[in-house]
Amino acid sequence: MPRPAPKKVIMREQPPKERIKNFNEVPYGYSPEEAIEEAKRCLGCKKRPCVEGCPVEIDIPGFIKAIAEGDFRKAIKIMKGNNALPAICGRVCPQEEQCEKCCIVGKIKNSEPVAIGRLERFIADWEAEQGKLEIPPRPTPTGKKVAVVGAGPAGLTVAGDLAKLGHEVVIFEALHKPGGVLMYGIPEFRLPKKIVEREVNYIRKLGAKLVTSFVVGRTETVEELLGEFDAVFVGTGAGLPWFMNIPGENYNGIYSANEYLTRSNLMRAYLFPKYDTPIIKGKRVAVIGGGNVTIDSARTALRLGAEHSMVIYRRSKKEMPARNEEIAHAEDEGVEFHLLNLPVRYYADENGWVKEMECIKMRLGEPDASGRRRPIPIEGSNFKIPVDAVVVAIGQSPNPLIPQSIKGLEVGRHGNIIVDPATGKSSYIRVWAGGDIATGAATVILAMGAGRVAARSIDEYLRTGKW
Amino acid sequence: MEILKKESNKIIRKEELAPLNKLFEIKQPNIARKAVPGQFIVIIHSENGERIPLTIADTNKVKGTITIIFQEVGKSTMQLGTFKEGDRLQDVVGPLGKPTEIEHYGTVVCIGGGVGIAPLYPITKALKEEGNKVIGILGARTKELLILEKEFEEITDELYITTDDGSYGRKGFVSDELSRLIGEDYKIARVWAIGPAIMMKVVSEVTRPQNIKTIVSLNPIMVDGTGMCGCCRVEVGGETKFACVDGPEFDGHLVDFDLLMKRQAMYKREEKLALESYIQSKRGK
Repeated sequence: MPRPAPKKVIMREQPPKERIKNFNEVPYGYSPEEAIEEAKRCLGCKKRPCVEGCPVEIDIPGFIKAIAEGDFRKAIKIMKGNNALPAICGRVCPQEEQCEKCCIVGKIKNSEPVAIGRLERFIADWEAEQGKLEIPPRPTPTGKKVAVVGAGPAGLTVAGDLAKLGHEVVIFEALHKPGGVLMYGIPEFRLPKKIVEREVNYIRKLGAKLVTSFVVGRTETVEELLGEFDAVFVGTGAGLPWFMNIPGENYNGIYSANEYLTRSNLMRAYLFPKYDTPIIKGKRVAVIGGGNVTIDSARTALRLGAEHSMVIYRRSKKEMPARNEEIAHAEDEGVEFHLLNLPVRYYADENGWVKEMECIKMRLGEPDASGRRRPIPIEGSNFKIPVDAVVVAIGQSPNPLIPQSIKGLEVGRHGNIIVDPATGKSSYIRVWAGGDIATGAATVILAMGAGRVAARSIDEYLRTGKW
Repeated sequence: MEILKKESNKIIRKEELAPLNKLFEIKQPNIARKAVPGQFIVIIHSENGERIPLTIADTNKVKGTITIIFQEVGKSTMQLGTFKEGDRLQDVVGPLGKPTEIEHYGTVVCIGGGVGIAPLYPITKALKEEGNKVIGILGARTKELLILEKEFEEITDELYITTDDGSYGRKGFVSDELSRLIGEDYKIARVWAIGPAIMMKVVSEVTRPQNIKTIVSLNPIMVDGTGMCGCCRVEVGGETKFACVDGPEFDGHLVDFDLLMKRQAMYKREEKLALESYIQSKRGK
């Protein structure tokens, strides 16, 4: 067998100078020729380490082989056997830490792994372009009813899996649009909302019903749902934003990342006044934090017209939890990185608008519990940065609405629902949970993996009646 | 559960209570069944609309309806005002927020200002039903803007009206009337005050020296209304709270009203812009 080409086929993208003026998706995706060329780099290993690296166990060598053979129809069929949301995963999964990290081609000296994510995205987009989605035949109804709370990545996976098995599934979503973080959190330029709609529609075509603007915990409690449904899955995400609790944090112009991104993504504030929801278009925007949400916010600020979009992070670039690819995209676009800085207070003008941020410089000490080097403030190093908008993107914890509303449900220190990771079962009979509500803020694909596990366990319970 | 019923969110009654003050009775059995005094809903009237938080003015569990009363102050509420009987609102979400603590306190004073009179109504009614002696004070800028006077007469033991211009009731502010009552040695156990932030602030200052617990219902700008975004954060007793899930009712003596008012003005510029372009587009038609 010939050695595979050392580098991935490059995915073309919008040039940075152009793309910061629009919200269109940055990469264009592969053409069929490019996809076939890239697919041919796969060795088709017998041991399939890539599959082990995938939280939803996609038959990766299988679908790539079909692409290499030019049989795209077959490739998408294999894909959808394990993953109902490939257009999303192909775009937002951290493949470098999962499938591609395990890829044997990537272990060859000076060689990059097979671009599994790009191929996944290609095959999903190819199917959509054909205009005809293949829907598996509806199985005989089992007569069992499942309520899924939250239409994010975890809930959609559970719903798709259980609908395919013939269970009656109703998804309840608190917001007016389904998708959860895919809709309100991840920006249009990274995950176009049309794609989210398309994938959600697929789940509905599988047979799941969707009810939006229905706040479980308020409109109806989980206990009440249990009166009508045989099982309830809770996938309500990490919806409680953290603030730093430093002086001046409630001044005008200071947002949580959740609010900033929700306004821009879900409410389309970037199209104001065509859409009614406004957003402050700062010229000097500081985004606090170091994760993917930080990068998404900083890139959004640029597109809203910021002259300076600044990431303020208390450690160095090496410790940033954001994906390298996203950091690189942000750098190309001109996002400024102010590393080893910690905000300590804000100053406002007479009308309560933030105008300055005071930071203290940091140095790195010994590694802490997370394995990253602990940032230590350098005394007397305080300095001020002029700002007219701030986005606090330091993380979020599980949404407390449901955990608080179920009496007797076992909840962890951060308000997360405690589940058995092997089944997704909570301490409350007939209630499963998964995704960020159980783990705290993590990734889309881990939430989908948790959904997959819970769906299996729910199906087993529905068939056997054994909790 | 009536989750997929088509007639949900339909406006079954529309009334103009005062200039710019409109009432909708909306078919929403899920919310009607659950709503209790003090709670609010979020409305998105159409695809491009924003999420508008509105406190519930009444519920009818038998008919499965909720009533809201709103004032047209900007583009969104103006556009909402163009909806007619029989029209459907795109989304109605709720009930949201913590319920009012309804107990037997003794003598309570319920103060409403402007369109704040509407959310005060179910609270006052519940306090009355709980056996409290209820004194109502309603205030408006001018006579024709006063709403729900008749309804309040039925659920209060004493009712006082003030108008800023003296066109009806006593000339002055609701806080003046409250000061008078305090001076007349009513044994007031608790006060509710709902209205513009400045009114709630002044009422809270009037009751502070007497140490009369004063509950206010805050109306900061909101987005999701479920605790997800922190847009509605307010400072209460030096701590940051989310009005949508920790409130909307708080102890008025602990609220930082100046911060609330500044935050309420955050999108003044954008609101003006939206209104202008809306009016222009209306003219174009």
